[in-house]
Amino acid sequence: MAWGEFKDTAAERRLFQRRALVMLLFVVLLMTGLLARMYQLQVVEHDVYNTLSDKNRVQVQSVPPPRGLVYDRNGELMAENRPVFSLTIVPERAAPIDETLARLGGIIEIAEEDLERFRKRLNEPRRPFQEIPLFYDLGEADIATMAVHRHEFPGVEVTAELVRYYPHSDLTAHALGFVGRINREELNRIDPVNYAGTNYIGKSGIERFYEEVLHGRVGYQHVETNARGRILRVLERENPVPGADLELHLDLRLQRKAHELLEGRRGAVVAIEPATGGILALASVPGFDANKFVTGISVADYRALSESNDKPLFNRALRGQYPPASTIKPMMAVAALDSGVTTRDRKIWDPGYFQLREGGRRYRDWKRSGHGWVDLKHAMAQSCDVYFYDVAADMGVDIMHQYLSAFGFGEDATLDVSGALNGLLPSDGWKRAMRNQPWYPGDSVNMGIGQGFFLATPLQLATATALIANRGEWVEPRLLKDIRGERSAADFLPAETHTPLILKDPENWEYVVDTMEEVMHGARGTARRAASGASYRMAGKTGTAQVFSLGKDQEYDAEEIKERLRDHALFVGFAPADDPKIAVAIIVENGGGGSSVAAPVARGLFDAWLEEFPAAEASQMLGQVAPNGSEH
Amino acid sequence: MGLGNDLLGAKTDAGLGRSRSIWDVLHLDPILLFLIVTLVGGGLFVLYSGADRNIDVVKAQGIRLAVAFGVMLVFAQLDPAVFRRWSPWLYALGLAGLVAVLLVGVGAKGAQRWLAIPGLPRFQPSELMKLVVPMMAAWYLSRYFLPPTLGRVMVGLFIVLLPMFLIVQQPDLGTSLLVGAAGIFVVFFAGMSWKLIAAFFGAVSVSAPLMWFFVMREYQKQRVLTLLDPQSDPLGAGWNIIQSKTAIGSGGMDGKGWLQGTQSHLEFLPESHTDFIVAVLAEEFGFVGMMLLMAVYFLIILRCLYIAVSAQDSYARLLAGALTMTFFIYIFVNVGMVSGLLPVVGVPLPLISYGGTSGVTLMAAFGVLMSIHTHRRMITA
Repeated sequence: MAWGEFKDTAAERRLFQRRALVMLLFVVLLMTGLLARMYQLQVVEHDVYNTLSDKNRVQVQSVPPPRGLVYDRNGELMAENRPVFSLTIVPERAAPIDETLARLGGIIEIAEEDLERFRKRLNEPRRPFQEIPLFYDLGEADIATMAVHRHEFPGVEVTAELVRYYPHSDLTAHALGFVGRINREELNRIDPVNYAGTNYIGKSGIERFYEEVLHGRVGYQHVETNARGRILRVLERENPVPGADLELHLDLRLQRKAHELLEGRRGAVVAIEPATGGILALASVPGFDANKFVTGISVADYRALSESNDKPLFNRALRGQYPPASTIKPMMAVAALDSGVTTRDRKIWDPGYFQLREGGRRYRDWKRSGHGWVDLKHAMAQSCDVYFYDVAADMGVDIMHQYLSAFGFGEDATLDVSGALNGLLPSDGWKRAMRNQPWYPGDSVNMGIGQGFFLATPLQLATATALIANRGEWVEPRLLKDIRGERSAADFLPAETHTPLILKDPENWEYVVDTMEEVMHGARGTARRAASGASYRMAGKTGTAQVFSLGKDQEYDAEEIKERLRDHALFVGFAPADDPKIAVAIIVENGGGGSSVAAPVARGLFDAWLEEFPAAEASQMLGQVAPNGSEH
Repeated sequence: MGLGNDLLGAKTDAGLGRSRSIWDVLHLDPILLFLIVTLVGGGLFVLYSGADRNIDVVKAQGIRLAVAFGVMLVFAQLDPAVFRRWSPWLYALGLAGLVAVLLVGVGAKGAQRWLAIPGLPRFQPSELMKLVVPMMAAWYLSRYFLPPTLGRVMVGLFIVLLPMFLIVQQPDLGTSLLVGAAGIFVVFFAGMSWKLIAAFFGAVSVSAPLMWFFVMREYQKQRVLTLLDPQSDPLGAGWNIIQSKTAIGSGGMDGKGWLQGTQSHLEFLPESHTDFIVAVLAEEFGFVGMMLLMAVYFLIILRCLYIAVSAQDSYARLLAGALTMTFFIYIFVNVGMVSGLLPVVGVPLPLISYGGTSGVTLMAAFGVLMSIHTHRRMITA
């Protein structure tokens, strides 16, 4: 050959043949190795990988139960669930992510804090193709925008979840409370299985108290998903048990009436049906829109609410602790009669002030000239302070404490009202413990007209008033009327703990009610104007609580000082007097006089409850019965 | 000639005095052609499933394979002597291309693999080297008597290692491995002594730790680490291996059925129509399907080795033998990597994985083999 060296072609051929044989063996060996590996994976370990494949493909997902709805006593919806749309991104499909975010920011507004949270979650370990929420509660305009631009944003999705909605939130926020996103502390408390898939939990009010009932039982579904987590089909499903729907004693109409009557003021109304203890109205004015809190309130909105001078977030009905002032006199009258320090006929001389001893400090009556000779009935009708100074001094703190405790002061006597405060029912022991001072007789005198240390919430005043309306029969206030479905309210309401307040002479109940009727209907009753022209008899008591002076370094503008220094106007009462259907407690902060401001509010509520609503129902019934024949 | 004759027969041997068949005119080997068509045809079915019923992918692959077939046809027409004459020039051109890639190449994901010369389609010089390196090594070694002396073995190894080194710089571990294998098989077939081979393996086992610390890129190390323990990073680098093993294992003996593979169709299996397509086949056709695939591959290798053995001169033998073994290395590395035996390097399953470049190179190699087989002259004894 041309290569210049001697080549033994036959030897080279044989050499190559040998080498080729070696290579063939090499190939056979390695291919057998590959097949052995396949045999190992596909036959020996088949079960293991088959399980893995199924686990990949089939996922067990929790199906959150829809939260129970809340209705008022007439079936009016007060808390429902509505779909809320959030924007989620699958980073793998939306790459490059920064460019996607920038372009998204170009068509819809994304808050800086949402971006920050998103980036944080982006850097956390997660499954490939897992979606990350960018922000919650897209507005309709944004949903429309995203629908138009969807093809430009692969990996960006709008997803829906059911979120609490309160259609009448301004009226019901304080009565119902609200739900919000589960926080870290709550996460430790809840059952992780039952709350898998649930994002919201009751934060306050009914939503918190009946959380367990409203939440329901989580369901499961076995779904076939692809690697992106998209559900392709449902293989098996165990439906969730939806939360139970609650029906409350609350009447939305009365609630609305209360808000209308207190329009432009700050105050609270609590109305109770004495026979059932059902809370018909629980209004704290001004209210607020609890819907903002559900998906997370903005900092600016929260600041506006929390820094407002009207304190809309403050639940005055449950947590406002006020001196009850003269509204305590009916309970004091019961105590004085039953303890024997006074009788129906006993009269005392009111010179316009009261002295514990000759030459001592003068406790003034609101009427400087005095009421002259007054018995208990007159003392109630005209709200004579001196009479009650006298009986309070005679009773002393221990007896007053005993009776007022029986009326539910100084405790949360409700069954299912979450967050109610205890007020302050002072006692000798309390004063020694808290003030390190003995109880002076003068303290008793102040307590007799609901001033001094004594503090009560509107809810407590309404409770005590309902007890008088019930003539001592205790029915603890409650919101829950019924649970729709098979279960009953009794299964979930806590046990009643109070025993009836039995008087030595039960007739004294009627007598005290008479004196309260005198307040409304008597010729000199303090609330006679509010009761004039009524077709039914009502019992009540007005009150005017002094407001403590402001601290010297607090700054208010002059107009406001004048308004904020005015007395609180209070009223308690029930109607009709002989067959009470409704008992109320009303406070109007800085309203002035109880008789002129608070009593007319009560009259409005009584009229609505006893006349307006039944009349409206009757006419509606007539209208419905005629065409439909029957209405169940 | 004892090898292969009994197995595959020699009926296509073009002997003097026999009328030239259509295959002789076309310079094609019908047995090899039949096996390749069988493989490619079956591969398209698997590809349809691996690409999640995307017929466009199958069409595109069909067009690529048709082009590759054309390339094979052209190569088959050229006389092996032409390849031999061109070998050094092609090698020089290839090296120049690899240097150019490192200087002005284009690419993505931190690797520069392509050369974009205006007026020409983009191409990978490294892909060309899979053919050219064995050609050059065969050209050099077959000039002298065989087995080669130690010095010539060293020169031969240098011819192989130089382009390998350049390709590793791109970096492209998979291609460099295949180029290196192609060249080293030439040296082996030429008759490199067993002592040297033993010494070579000794050197490799010593240099492996050095490679680890001084040559390998972070992503390559990661692949090796993940191979050793895929569970260590189940959502990241280990994801591919875990999912492909799951796909293979869940296939069982008979498989889940064509288009029924959940791992691939539910998108758990990554690269299911490219590098990991064998997992789709294993999942849907089971161990039976894998045995069939391996049988077809084995028959192709057997036929190619037969062609090599029956070649007339050393250059042709060395080249044919090396190209055959490169084809096998493709299969071994790909199946080994998908089944979790080897690290994940970007080596496709030959003639089945979606993608054009390697298909063209492979078919060109088959063209060379057919050329070698159909240009024999019955002049030597």
